[in-house]
Amino acid sequence: MKKLLYKMPESLSGKEFTYCPGCHHGIIHRLIAEVVDELGIREKTLVVAPIGCSVFAYQFFNMDGTIAAHGRAPAVATGMKRARPDLYVFTYQGDGDLAAIGTAEIMHAANRGEKITTIFVNNAIYGMTGGQMAPTTLLGMKTTTTPYGRSAENDGYPMHMCEFLKEAKGIAYLARTKVNTPQDVEKTKKAIKKAFLAQVKGIGFGLVEVLSTCPTNWGIDPISANKWLEEHMIPEYPLGVFIDKVGDEK
Amino acid sequence: MEKVMVKGTEAIGEAAIRAGCRHFFGYPITPQSELPEYMSKRLPEVGGVFLQTESEVATVNMLYGAACTGTRVMTSTSSPGFSLMMEGVSYMACAQLPAVFVNVVRGGPGLGDIQPAQGDYWQATKGGGHGDYKLIVLAPSTVQEAVDLTVLAFDLADKYRTPALILADGLLGQMMEPVEFPEFRDLETLPDHSSWALTGANGRKPHIVTSFDIDPYVLEKMNLELVEKYKEIEKNEVRWEEFKTEDAEIIITAFGTVGRIAKSVVEMARKDGLKIGLFRPITVWPFPYKPLEELAEKVEMFFDVEMNMGQMLEDVRLAVKDKKPIAFYSRMGGVVPTPNEIYEALKKEIGRRVK
Repeated sequence: MKKLLYKMPESLSGKEFTYCPGCHHGIIHRLIAEVVDELGIREKTLVVAPIGCSVFAYQFFNMDGTIAAHGRAPAVATGMKRARPDLYVFTYQGDGDLAAIGTAEIMHAANRGEKITTIFVNNAIYGMTGGQMAPTTLLGMKTTTTPYGRSAENDGYPMHMCEFLKEAKGIAYLARTKVNTPQDVEKTKKAIKKAFLAQVKGIGFGLVEVLSTCPTNWGIDPISANKWLEEHMIPEYPLGVFIDKVGDEK
Repeated sequence: MEKVMVKGTEAIGEAAIRAGCRHFFGYPITPQSELPEYMSKRLPEVGGVFLQTESEVATVNMLYGAACTGTRVMTSTSSPGFSLMMEGVSYMACAQLPAVFVNVVRGGPGLGDIQPAQGDYWQATKGGGHGDYKLIVLAPSTVQEAVDLTVLAFDLADKYRTPALILADGLLGQMMEPVEFPEFRDLETLPDHSSWALTGANGRKPHIVTSFDIDPYVLEKMNLELVEKYKEIEKNEVRWEEFKTEDAEIIITAFGTVGRIAKSVVEMARKDGLKIGLFRPITVWPFPYKPLEELAEKVEMFFDVEMNMGQMLEDVRLAVKDKKPIAFYSRMGGVVPTPNEIYEALKKEIGRRVK
């Protein structure tokens, strides 16, 4: 007897991902799609893609969607949600998009408690433009614009967005996770689900920061990248749930 | 309907609501803050949404988001604020999103001042943001016209799926005049955007709204689609006013607030027996090149008056070509020329040419 163990989520379009080998965007896309499927909201969900490697995200989800200007996805999502509060809106943003050029928009959307969901992928580097320093780049880390390594004196310190955001009263769910092990993938899925539930239940703004790899621009192979994330990113960006007003499902 | 005394900015707000706009996003800036203030009070009364944003950059992107869902949406700002919106306006033009912007122009460049000016004509009519695009730009000269053009702006934005701009100035925004408002538009009768809007992919393929394609051949097709659209707008939507041009020997060209001041100049000159007329573009894009060119065949000279260094002047030249001389008079920095001052300048210009 045949038993179906897994199928592609309906919320994915089926278009082949264009991401590099070992990049975590694919896993994170799938988790979002599974969560949207499980909540049964695909037909009422809008995706706002960012500028960055995931600029093509709108093609990978089987949903209505658009691409926001660099950093402005939370403002675009706000406009959508205020115009159509009956729909569900999520933004998918990288660290350059959310933590550099888009800091004002994310801070204010979160603080207003916009009933939208943000998935924030932090891989400590600019991917699409070819490996420049991101606001989340670690101290000492070499990038194409920090060839001698990021220095605190010249470049400032790695941005801790969850820690900055956690004082915002409008946030219903805020967590930092990673997806470099199967267990972490499961945990991240739960976090993403809560960030969506914060919106579905009308509680407030939900954000999950997912630590991610960029083997191509880090200049290492995918397996080493998973290890590098563990050894270098976790000490700088500790995982955790910062805000949870959603509660647990019974 | 009876006439009521209303301030320009508030009249534009009320007109927008009557046109079926229920969503306004905006950031305070002088001299137009009365408009967001009016909307913050008025929109909740009609079940609408007013949101004060964190910046003009956020504002334009909220307009982008709301417009994506096929919803009538509006903002107002003043010169430096409109500069901040330029990136988003370019995105909206390419993504073919309808929305209405109001720029209550003040003195510039830079921080400038908060007095009436017309220095944003180039920005409004020649693009302003990056890439090839145009906005439908309507330049009212009275509060009543501001009301009428606001309603028209929503209809044209929807019809052509493009952002439209009300190019006003501080004078028009602050003055009170009696106006007649249109009836409230039945929201059920607003244009249907279901063929493209983002409303959830329920029982259909996903809709994508975008100003992006990585393939140059596809992007070129998008460019050509815009070109075709702009040609249609140029064909159908040119609007202008002529005042006493039938027997005129000299035509004053002016838009917006200066257009109404120039009307007084025409009256003054006529009393002195001078055959002066006024040509006032109402759509500054699409600019009324053809009717102005036709006038060039009949008159002796043109006298262009603006509150800038001669921006519309370039379009006047394009229309008149070298057929007739064009003189120019302007005040800048927020200084509004008086009818007397313009008339004196005109007489001097005539005297110089008679000699």
